[in-house]
Amino acid sequence: MADYLPHTPEETTEMLAFLGMESLEHLFAHIPASVRLSRGLDLESGVSEPDVAAAFSTYSRANAGQLSNLTCYAGAGAYDHEVPAVVRMLGSRSEFVTAYTPYQPEVAQGILQAIFEFQTMVSRLSGLAVANASLYDGATALVEAVNMAAGATRSSTMVISSGVHPHWRAVVRTFAQGTGHEILEVPLKDGVTDWASVDVTTAAAVVVAYPNYLGVVEDMNAPKALATSAGGLFVVCADPVAAGVLKTAGDWGADVFVGEGQPLGTALSFGGPYLGLFACTHDQIRRLPGRIVGETVDSNDRRSFVTTLRAREQDIRREKATSNVCTNQTLMAVTAAIQLGWLGTRGLREVATRCAQGAHYLYDSLVRIKGVTPVSTHPFLREFALTLPRRASGVLDDLAGEGILGGISVETLTGGTDPSIEGDIGDVLLVAVTERRTRDELDRYAEVLGKVLS
Amino acid sequence: MSRPGGRAASAPLLGHEIEPTIFELSVPGRHAFQLRTTQVPARALSEYIPSEHLRTASVALAEVSERDLVGHFTRLSHRQFSVDLGAYPLGSCTMKYNPKFCDAVAADPGLNSVHPGVPASLCQGWLELLVTLEAKLCAVTGMAAATLQPAAGAAGEISGLLLMRAYHRANGDVRRRILIPDSAHGTNPASVTLGGYEVTTIPSNARGLVDLAALKASLGPDVAGIMLTNPNTLGLFEEEIVEIAAAVHEVGGLLYYDGANLNAILGVVRPGDMGFDIVHMNLHKTFATPHGGGGPGAGPVAVSTRLREFLPGPRAACRDDGTYYWSTPEHSIGRVHGWHGNAMVLARALAYIDVHGGDGLERVAQYAVLNANWLRERLRATLPAAYDRVCMHECVLTATGLKNEFGVRGLDVAKGLLEEGFHSPTVYFPLIVDEALMFEPTETESLQTLESLAESIERIAQRAKFDPDGLRHAPQTTPVSRVDEARAARHLMATEDAAGRS
Repeated sequence: MADYLPHTPEETTEMLAFLGMESLEHLFAHIPASVRLSRGLDLESGVSEPDVAAAFSTYSRANAGQLSNLTCYAGAGAYDHEVPAVVRMLGSRSEFVTAYTPYQPEVAQGILQAIFEFQTMVSRLSGLAVANASLYDGATALVEAVNMAAGATRSSTMVISSGVHPHWRAVVRTFAQGTGHEILEVPLKDGVTDWASVDVTTAAAVVVAYPNYLGVVEDMNAPKALATSAGGLFVVCADPVAAGVLKTAGDWGADVFVGEGQPLGTALSFGGPYLGLFACTHDQIRRLPGRIVGETVDSNDRRSFVTTLRAREQDIRREKATSNVCTNQTLMAVTAAIQLGWLGTRGLREVATRCAQGAHYLYDSLVRIKGVTPVSTHPFLREFALTLPRRASGVLDDLAGEGILGGISVETLTGGTDPSIEGDIGDVLLVAVTERRTRDELDRYAEVLGKVLS
Repeated sequence: MSRPGGRAASAPLLGHEIEPTIFELSVPGRHAFQLRTTQVPARALSEYIPSEHLRTASVALAEVSERDLVGHFTRLSHRQFSVDLGAYPLGSCTMKYNPKFCDAVAADPGLNSVHPGVPASLCQGWLELLVTLEAKLCAVTGMAAATLQPAAGAAGEISGLLLMRAYHRANGDVRRRILIPDSAHGTNPASVTLGGYEVTTIPSNARGLVDLAALKASLGPDVAGIMLTNPNTLGLFEEEIVEIAAAVHEVGGLLYYDGANLNAILGVVRPGDMGFDIVHMNLHKTFATPHGGGGPGAGPVAVSTRLREFLPGPRAACRDDGTYYWSTPEHSIGRVHGWHGNAMVLARALAYIDVHGGDGLERVAQYAVLNANWLRERLRATLPAAYDRVCMHECVLTATGLKNEFGVRGLDVAKGLLEEGFHSPTVYFPLIVDEALMFEPTETESLQTLESLAESIERIAQRAKFDPDGLRHAPQTTPVSRVDEARAARHLMATEDAAGRS
């Protein structure tokens, strides 16, 4: 009898009597018998918390990939950054954790102000005027961006660089089944988007990743020019840590910025919950998806915060809403604000710089290994792709045996074939380095990979 | 406050002072961050990246000490209502107590430090957990298979509609319309549009249920399906569900179950047995994963056998030898999430299900329904129910009487309740009820809490008579008083910069 119900048997009887009922069953007497479950749910009986905890420890132990066992070089949008105790503890305060969406602003100033601060930080990271309160993740944020572009233009053609994360492109393709958008994926050549191969006169959006998912810092002028000539929105997908040192989306003339916010204080978490970052120019604000917090005053003229421009949202506009998003990832947004508060102006730059230093240090040793060649000759920041002399999946298994999570197999990531890779995709390994990797760890990776490949 | 930086004082406990923004607390040169000593050679970024790509100035973030960071966010947390603080009878949102234990098991580094891109051999525990959860969610809903990818209810809805589309297309069938009752959640019609369908609204009858005759009149070969929540948003069970299901299936349409109200029927009746083909669940409601101030949630979608082959992939699956792998159904609609869904939320929900078991989940529904009916009956004379009969897990009451007699609206009642230490009910929803106040007490509130809530509402009703103006200006005892929402929309200030404080 494990549950969290406060009712004593006497209270239950008293409450039923108040309703003129004799048993709890009476409450359901109006449900047609033909659909009633007569035998109870086909689940085991409840057990105590410590019993469940014991079962969960078997799941946990069976995850050989947990970071207590492995040194992490996996990235592809999810990075092993430092998340200090202070961020974890503040982000798990139960006032934030157990609140609902701030529909009653008078008792939700804590969440509302934290989101306002988060929006400010995302706006500054992106160089764009407004940011929302977060979306589910980077991939679904990109879906919202292309939907926004369709609403802003008369086109439904989305020109998307194959440098955009393969999963994000896959999610965009899935949702296009409903919206009917035409998705044009532009192939990569030497790791950068081959914009010259694009032949469109009109487009709703031109989407590029900066850096792209292979880690390459791409030219931004060509896609911007294409967006302008095709009359579409320029959508830039960016890694928020890289954005700490690279020019902003706004600097490159973007209309929309989307990003995966996991690197800002969220644990790897097997892929979720993460958070989608979304910012846009003033021109697009009425089409902004999701929630946005604005500053105002209360009836006593004190500074206050409230969700605003609500007329865009689904509960008011229904089938004409800009998006169906309701619940988003507020707790992760609050945590990102805390993490960025902890990092501060210098810290974010320092983290991005150290990632780049570590990545280049490792790259220099790995490309010296016989048979290992870079996928691209273009500049990269914190992540890079290598072609190995044999299949990356097998190499990853061998590295795991040595305590190293050596990266991500691009074949696995893309599901097999992809316009982002020329040549044999099965041999391509994506390697990321964060500020947490020491020189000793990086040296050991190079040494073990050399051994594994020899 | 000329020099707010570093001021460690608890203004929210002392009075009604605002909390400065983190940017106002910033003092150039301060910092909190500490990074690992790595010994990696420190070279300039310009050696790696052409200067045309590099920022000249750093992103302007706040510069605060760790002590100030803690003070700021702790003070903000003191300006926030939460389930842990008090009852949260927000209808449709199922704001029940969130067991701490579920957070604790999910925080295990063996679960939360796993990278989502690791080979299957390195995440066998996660895959087993996902397979186990899927089976249990199917047992609860009476369905055949499920995707765990959708990150929230609305994401589940659009995923379900895309499944519907794929199913009809596979049958060479082009259908255009989705039926939705006029009492539906706003996410339903918004999702229908994104799914490439048109909405046909079905009116409710005098009993607050789907008007079966109107439904039948709207059916035709171009109807792809219907989206229903049962119990509906009035908290009433759709008693003619068998007839509704038969009629929709008759024309080749599918039934979509919006699981927002699943808490009411756990172990009592299953969507699959009612004839539903697609079901989304809100794990952050029914299975008590904390709502985080507006997410994360999780919105798994379960389907009947005939829709299984269209589910999003990859999905966790088990081989005969007991090992686990990722598998994508042959006619999958594709991914609906960047990785595998909100995994940590999924883990919490499984812990909640396991603690309760089948018997415990049934008690959850029984007591949720008992509490809602007790409250409805107790408030009968003060705020009558819009439809006066046995309800399920929530009751929709109306403040029409207070409005007509004293000019006090439902919103004023809701704001008054904040002064009483309770969170407000959902106001003005569903749209078909005048001055609607939707109360969902949930099963974890005690009789004493319900009595206290009822007494508060009775006091507010009295106040409507003697001090209607005061009530229209409530709340005054909260961190801020009624906020000027119109001004926020008129002069949008969504960042520190827009507010002129950069």
